[in-house]
Amino acid sequence: MRAVPQQAEESQARQDVRPLTGNEAIARGAWEAGVRVAAAYPGTPSTEILESLAEYPAEDVHAQWSTNEKVALDVAIGASFAGARALAAMKHVGLNVAADAFMSQAYIGANGGLVLAVCDDPGIHSSQNEQDSRIFGQLAGVPVLEPSDAQEALDLTRLAFEISERFDTMVIVRGTTRLSHTRSPVAVGERSAPPARGFVEDPGKNVMIPAHARRRHVAVVEREAKLKAYLETAPINRWETGAANFGVITAGTCYPYVREVLPNASVLKLGASWPLPEALIKRYCESVERLFVVEELEPVIEREVRALGFRAEGKEFFPRVGEFSPEIVRAGFEKAGVLAPRAHKRAWTPEPLARPPVLCAGCPHTSSFMAVRASGARVAGDIGCYTLACLDPLRGLDTTVSMGSSIGNAIGIWRGGETRPVLATIGDSTFLHAGIPGLIDAVYNQANITVLILDNHVTAMTGGQDHPGTGKTLRGEESPRVDYEALARAVGVKWVRTVDSYDLAAMYQNLREAIAHRGVSVLISNRPCVLDPVKIKGPALAVDNEQCNACQSCMNLGCPALTWGDDTFEARHKVKIDGSLCIGCTLCAQVCSVDCIKPAAKVNS
Amino acid sequence: MSGPKTSRSSLEGEKNRPAAAAAAAREPMNVLIVGVGGQGVIMVSKALAWLAQSKGFEVKQSEVHGMAKRGGSVFSHVRFGAQVFSPTIPQGEADILVALEWAEGLRWLPYLKAESGIFICDTKRIVPPFACLNRRPGAPLRYSRETPAEVKAHVAEGYAVDATAMAERLGNERAANVVLIGALSSALEFSAAEWEKAISAFVPKKTVAVNLEAFRLGRAWIDEARTESPQAEASPEPRLPGAEAPVQVRLEITRAWCKSCDICVKVCPERCLRLDAERIAELTDPAKCTGCRLCEFLCPDFAIRVHREASPERDGARA
Repeated sequence: MRAVPQQAEESQARQDVRPLTGNEAIARGAWEAGVRVAAAYPGTPSTEILESLAEYPAEDVHAQWSTNEKVALDVAIGASFAGARALAAMKHVGLNVAADAFMSQAYIGANGGLVLAVCDDPGIHSSQNEQDSRIFGQLAGVPVLEPSDAQEALDLTRLAFEISERFDTMVIVRGTTRLSHTRSPVAVGERSAPPARGFVEDPGKNVMIPAHARRRHVAVVEREAKLKAYLETAPINRWETGAANFGVITAGTCYPYVREVLPNASVLKLGASWPLPEALIKRYCESVERLFVVEELEPVIEREVRALGFRAEGKEFFPRVGEFSPEIVRAGFEKAGVLAPRAHKRAWTPEPLARPPVLCAGCPHTSSFMAVRASGARVAGDIGCYTLACLDPLRGLDTTVSMGSSIGNAIGIWRGGETRPVLATIGDSTFLHAGIPGLIDAVYNQANITVLILDNHVTAMTGGQDHPGTGKTLRGEESPRVDYEALARAVGVKWVRTVDSYDLAAMYQNLREAIAHRGVSVLISNRPCVLDPVKIKGPALAVDNEQCNACQSCMNLGCPALTWGDDTFEARHKVKIDGSLCIGCTLCAQVCSVDCIKPAAKVNS
Repeated sequence: MSGPKTSRSSLEGEKNRPAAAAAAAREPMNVLIVGVGGQGVIMVSKALAWLAQSKGFEVKQSEVHGMAKRGGSVFSHVRFGAQVFSPTIPQGEADILVALEWAEGLRWLPYLKAESGIFICDTKRIVPPFACLNRRPGAPLRYSRETPAEVKAHVAEGYAVDATAMAERLGNERAANVVLIGALSSALEFSAAEWEKAISAFVPKKTVAVNLEAFRLGRAWIDEARTESPQAEASPEPRLPGAEAPVQVRLEITRAWCKSCDICVKVCPERCLRLDAERIAELTDPAKCTGCRLCEFLCPDFAIRVHREASPERDGARA
């Protein structure tokens, strides 16, 4: 329970209370728990966990960007083997990448406390799906703690390390976008690092050959029972009493929504959504006449409660898709007859303007996809800002599956009988993450495809993180840069070239030659991101309004700095440039059919 | 520092402050801040959240970023009070809606409290490339057409501020968000000095002076707007490129003259030309052709002619 303001002010005087996001609180919790090694691959909404950890002293914690989530988890596992407390952070789909290591480590357990922070994205704000990571906990027999706000994110992360060491298990701290990106007051504590445990030689536990793994599986099942017994009385579960006519079981970020619409109802708030404290749940179910389970995405808790023999109502009232909100939870309880329907006051609602995210003004991907579109190729896309090129007017890619899929997809599209040239487009960070095995496969199996590496020198989509191709680490130290040309040649690619993304003619020309090459060709479109690590800004261009013939060639770039002016030519809108957005990349001037786009100084004089 | 005032209308003896003063000790105060990626929505919400927390309130500030940076719609919910549960504001419960862009303000109107909500919106228009997709002759821009007067008629209390122009006059267009903080400040019971402290903490060091000026300008503007007659409005009605009489476009291709050079296919902005089986230029999608004449101008063999004819009964002007 939170205090009223006056009390809050007093307690603030005693305690250090800071406004932290869920991600910052997870980082703080890990630091306070004495984490020594942390690794992650950036992914919305989890990215800021490692960025935030990197702000703590380097002597306390080694924090690193790894090439992908599997490597990140393996690094954390290694640190745990060595007896240090370790954390890996990733988004929900990152756990798919790390799943191989994850499932094996579930058998091995933990020497130094091993915590996996996984951030789901219900509502798919910035992902390719909205899978529910809690099911991974069930699958692996690994406990899943679910914070409902930033304070709990800190407290549960600290606790996770203790549970990890006490029960010899990896522990998942599961957040969602709403937790990650909500800032609320958090009382922070001090760091108390336990002494390092050192490497413990125990091949029967640490080496997963079949004979050992069979024994360890038994240990996993026994461990789950012990965890259940622990969670029966753990203070992270809260039974908040209310009237007995109905009760709600909930966890994580759904809890505040339930409290918002039912401030006085009986609620059992679970601190862990796996494993479940069965005796506690039984007692709770028996205390109320009607039982609801409110959880985002899959009915994980609901199914378990039903398996205990109780009639739980949940997914018939609360959707299985999308993010929850107070409105959705209220609507569910109204439908269930628990809340009286509110009189619907239909507010005046003008038709909303469509404003999908777009590539930035001056984005080097723009020219890459102008060339891609002109090539007439079938294009397998990948994950990154450039996925936005699937929208009009660039409309330059045909498929996007998951990180690094583009190259394998392209091989399959070509083998599957596609008659057009086949192209894979993949960003630099994504290429390093999971694209290299695909490229080797393409060479090995003699595919006839072109791989366009969109090298903007940064992991742009998640806000500009470094990777092995940037020459900098998470803490900003210099490190060797991956040489993509040398890498491609080393795996056997014969046709490799690098071209300046801003040279549109060269882009067109080289892409055409790359496609004409029989076998695997690699073209690297090379220009830094305009936002990160430094915001690029050059002198803005302007349109000579007299000369513009409104042909719309430049509008095909989809550049946000280009828009329609007030004048028309033959009933088509002339174009104008928003000087505050334009960075002077000159792509529009390069496609202009009448040369009416020039430096602003020249047009205005 | 004193606790939040729950009664009595004003801290500085100024009359005529908007009515949504913080009864936040009982019910959370809900402020929704919206705009377009890069405008500084998050900075506004951080400053407000910081200020509210420094006054002892429980504060939740929730936003979603990621894709938002790419020129998409950005929003941030700020809720503060004695106790706040949901990090997001339920529809119809926002006390104040601050919009840094006109169409974004309109988008979030359903979140505003119908009977008492305050709407503060920059008249700045950021037209997305999506609004310019229909390039047929005579097609209008697809941008919100509601005027400030219309919007004000539908909200309890509405202000259309040309904050961007005000910031431009100060020499820094990027301070527009702080002009809006100035306008917002007048609706909440925090003192001007406290606001200025919050702003100084969240803007780049070099721009503190201009931002404080922007804050004062916004605060003075809304005080004046409140005392003037409600019709008096500083901002002009936005002028949108209108629709013209629709025309029909017809492409005439002289097959005998075409030598398959492909130039027209490559330059067509609508990408609606191709070479057919006999490698002669052909129009694939007549509905897409805007009659821009690039192919006509650039064809080395004069094989393409563009005819623009008045179309009597076409509703081509519809977006």
